[in-house]
Amino acid sequence: MNRVIEELPEAASPAPGSTPTNQRRRQVTIDPITRLEGHGKIDILLNEDGDVERAFLQVPELRGFEVFSLGRPAEDMPQITSRICGVCPTAHHMAATKALDDLYQIQPPPAARKIRELVYNAFMLEDHALHVYLLGGPDFIVGPEAPKEQRNVVGVVQKVGVEVGKRVIAMRRRLRELIAYFGGKVIHPVFGLPGGVSKGLRPEDLPPFKELAKDGLDFALFTLQVFKDIVLRNADYVNLITSDTYTHRTYYMGLVDAQNRVNFYDGLLRVVDPAGKEYARFPAQQYADFVAEHVEPWSYVKFCFLKPVGWHGFEEAPRSGVYAVAPLARLNAADGMATPRAQHAYEEYFATLGGRPVHHTLANHWARVIEMIGAAERMVELVNDPEITSPELRVIPRSKPAVGIAAVEAPRGTLFHHYETDDAGLIRKANLIVATQNNSARLAMSVEKAARGLVRKGQIDDGLLNKVEMAFRAYDPCFGCATHSLPGRHALRVNIYSHRRELLHQLAQD
Amino acid sequence: MPKPKVAFYWCASCGGCEEAVVDLAEDILGVVEAVDIVFWPCAMDFKKAGLEEMPDKSITAALVNGAIRTSEQEEMARLLRRKSQYLIAYGACAQQGGIPGLANQFSREQLLRYVYEEAPTVLNTAGHRPAPQFQVDGHAVTLPEFRHRVRSLDQVVEVDYYVPGCPPTPKITKAALGALLEGKLPPKGSVLAPDIALCQQCPLVDSKPQDLSLAEYKRPHWAPIDPEKCLLSQGFPCLGPATRGGCEAVCIRGHMPCTGCFGPTSRVKDQGAKILSSLASTLAAKEDEAIVKGLNTIPDPVGTFYRYSLAASTLRGKVA
Repeated sequence: MNRVIEELPEAASPAPGSTPTNQRRRQVTIDPITRLEGHGKIDILLNEDGDVERAFLQVPELRGFEVFSLGRPAEDMPQITSRICGVCPTAHHMAATKALDDLYQIQPPPAARKIRELVYNAFMLEDHALHVYLLGGPDFIVGPEAPKEQRNVVGVVQKVGVEVGKRVIAMRRRLRELIAYFGGKVIHPVFGLPGGVSKGLRPEDLPPFKELAKDGLDFALFTLQVFKDIVLRNADYVNLITSDTYTHRTYYMGLVDAQNRVNFYDGLLRVVDPAGKEYARFPAQQYADFVAEHVEPWSYVKFCFLKPVGWHGFEEAPRSGVYAVAPLARLNAADGMATPRAQHAYEEYFATLGGRPVHHTLANHWARVIEMIGAAERMVELVNDPEITSPELRVIPRSKPAVGIAAVEAPRGTLFHHYETDDAGLIRKANLIVATQNNSARLAMSVEKAARGLVRKGQIDDGLLNKVEMAFRAYDPCFGCATHSLPGRHALRVNIYSHRRELLHQLAQD
Repeated sequence: MPKPKVAFYWCASCGGCEEAVVDLAEDILGVVEAVDIVFWPCAMDFKKAGLEEMPDKSITAALVNGAIRTSEQEEMARLLRRKSQYLIAYGACAQQGGIPGLANQFSREQLLRYVYEEAPTVLNTAGHRPAPQFQVDGHAVTLPEFRHRVRSLDQVVEVDYYVPGCPPTPKITKAALGALLEGKLPPKGSVLAPDIALCQQCPLVDSKPQDLSLAEYKRPHWAPIDPEKCLLSQGFPCLGPATRGGCEAVCIRGHMPCTGCFGPTSRVKDQGAKILSSLASTLAAKEDEAIVKGLNTIPDPVGTFYRYSLAASTLRGKVA
């Protein structure tokens, strides 16, 4: 065991979540927020009337991947950057692998490309399923103000039945076994090489994958039916989804193919304005002309915005360059889906919600299910393509490396990897724009707007605080932590002080 | 008979260790039957205040993953230590600092300056940096401090057991949870995984020569990889000989070499030094010049030898 090493604090800084005594004024802190990426807190600041003055969604951590990538061999980046996120490691692995293709100016042989796409769509399907059933789903399937003990997968299973619960677990397990087949392991896979993949598909191993793809499509269609039955048939939920509290009019970005249809693996970036009109269409290599990052002192996360429009605060379009990514945005930015059942679901979605684009943040949950169908259909196409068992898996790079830039659509949004190397292919500079980052400005706006809309006259309760949290959960920010049957226990103490520091009200629950 | 209480928490982590627990798949239902999970921010609507109110040592086992990078993570590690009988470092980051530990090659200032000022897409004319305290209209909102170095969990609190891997496999995880629940634990400080080198579990071990003698090492993207023959013997820096087994060689089954994520066996104090020694001894060269030339075919020594273990190593990081 190592000896304990003390690190002395910089200065007397207040403990996380507390406020200095002489400034404790009507401040409600939710710390930590839950059922999403592990670290985040929300500070709600009230004025003298008990209404919301400001609300901040703060991300309290940083690891610095772009800096400690310096000096690393570029071919190590698929496995190093996957450690940014253990729920979507495949997204980073794939973005890095494609950046290596660009770095060495090579393209993988057809079979390798198809294997990459098969793995990638399996990943999209299982990761979206995680969020639908286990993370964000409980807020809808069980209900936004349901008792906290039920707001998790236990409540979901009670609502939809234990057989469905087992079906979700088994489906995810099988999809993840496919990823592990090609990648060695599913969490931090190893298959990515510039110009190819490390492992191919043996013909004798194909039949179970054909069955899996077929079952996956059934499962995705079933999930849409579950969503329709439980969410769309409930007028209160529909009102919630379409309410102004959870609505923002921003730009939207996503990857599209040559026919402007949603594609998770490859294509051009397309940005539409709040009216749905195309604003930009560009290859990943030009991302820096369109994407810029803003910094605030109250969060470690940076806030992306459209560079040509400019940063004009946490505001909606048209003056502000704030934009969104991920399912809601992808469906808005595209003219359709690339496969028939997904296309049908896409048309139904926009017909129901009043046309394209949809600005209701909570509609992300629905758009996510439509993407599940698209991912499953693409898997069916690929496993039935005879070329996928070809042993031609790699092109060996020959050219001198310099710059490699690529993008993929991670489940939670567009992911850019940008590497610059020396002649030996060692990283000299790295820049990563990571999915949720694109959403961070709109996320902050969503939380503040929800807090303003819901917190009045200092009245706060558990259901209300959960509805504030729902404003971020719809985005499925970064980390979809797989949950399972756990009772939601919620120990919370909220102190509300007047501007004269008198304790007005205390809410406590164990 | 009340069920034993279990907690999960993550520090400077990617979340892969949380996913690893869930990858128990159908087996997780049995675990949940057997324990009372009282604290798990990713999955449960708990608050820190609830944890603070629990009596000390009332939690049977806390599985903490992730490295220690911020003041909040230090505080949570200490809190969970107080509240738990057993504190388990789960995963490579908790055990040795993990890949985030590579940040120890750079100063805190270098990291913050690049992220918030120098990165090509950053537009920060106001020169903002995340601040421990931010004043707005008479209110103050706070952020944790970003420390100078990454540390492993046992560099902050006393750790009872380690579950290795990036991430730990379902098999290793199930065995560790089983040992905890049955009270069948090895001596304190043990790593809960087989104490053998990975080669012993590798499907290619039969093609590993008794005496390896390489002229140079190869970078995998520049050479074809024969998946049927010992990868080290082909010249790829496979760290199997210097890495603890337990994963059953999953990366090799993916046709790529081992990068050392399961950490060292019990016989090794500094994994990076052991890897260096192992790879150096495999080179054929005998004279200084040839040795240097051979070793230079590994372009990133720190990233190769210390990829998961820099923070916990004898080196710990770069000083200047």
